[in-house]
Amino acid sequence: MKFGVIRFPGSNCDQDAYHVIKDSMGKPVDYVWHQETSVRGYDCIILPGGFSYGDYLRTGAIARFSPVMDSVIEHARVGRFVIGICNGFQVLCEAHLLPGALVRNKGLKFVCKQVHLRVENAETPWTRSAKRGQVLKVPVAHGEGCYVADQETLCELKTSDRILLRYCDPAGRFTHAANPNGSVDNIAGIANESFNVIGMMPHPERASERILGSSDGRVIFESIVTSLLVAAK
Amino acid sequence: MPQVKVYVTLKPTLLDAQGRVVHNALESLGYNSVEQVRIGKYVELQVADDTPDIEGKVKEMCDRLLANPVIENYRFEVIA
Repeated sequence: MKFGVIRFPGSNCDQDAYHVIKDSMGKPVDYVWHQETSVRGYDCIILPGGFSYGDYLRTGAIARFSPVMDSVIEHARVGRFVIGICNGFQVLCEAHLLPGALVRNKGLKFVCKQVHLRVENAETPWTRSAKRGQVLKVPVAHGEGCYVADQETLCELKTSDRILLRYCDPAGRFTHAANPNGSVDNIAGIANESFNVIGMMPHPERASERILGSSDGRVIFESIVTSLLVAAK
Repeated sequence: MPQVKVYVTLKPTLLDAQGRVVHNALESLGYNSVEQVRIGKYVELQVADDTPDIEGKVKEMCDRLLANPVIENYRFEVIA
């Protein structure tokens, strides 16, 4: 089992992701520079948070055409695992590996705080260690995390149970106040059709150790490690 | 050298939070006749004289990179 953390110019959560995999999960992980043209040998690719290419043009728009992305798209196409966190989610939407887009927060502010997420589907490779309805305390840190999609896409996401995480209050209710960025239907994280690719705006890697104020984000990494172990059998 | 002016705007169905705030600011300055403000992007390209099918090429650039068709509309003009 091997993880690869893609580094774009401007990535800034790459070390956090690397640390969680290496030190908290105890699994092998490498940094993968954006100029690489292959991700062969990696079982799971992590697109980390940050401000790739200074968020020029649109968030993720330039990173999406980095040399490494062709191989990441191929990696996803053959069913291997890819997770995009924050800026990584934006890159995955720009790359059309996930539907919809992330636009400026409704309140215009950069929002950096702990939020609560409700696990909406616990039968995916990324959430199998969680329970449906479980509430996770995980931070967000973004200026452009307002998820939008057309009605048809939203309908499709709902009926196929691809909305994995939604912003909620500590009791698990989907209130307006609990939505930090105006995302439609409080959407915080979604999966592709075959559930091998997910994107989420909150940062589970920043909430994987008690010293950080919450270890609730661990469940995402525990889930994927379990999924990789099962797949290897 | 032909110049291409590309205008990228958020789709009308999307809330333009930035535009709304600018609208509020205009109102606070007393410009009460403004009904709506939408903010977009303007991209200027200089292209080589001998570029074949400029219109087709620019459309391709817009669809692939300059605009995100999920959230944005675009239009452009080529000035010879």
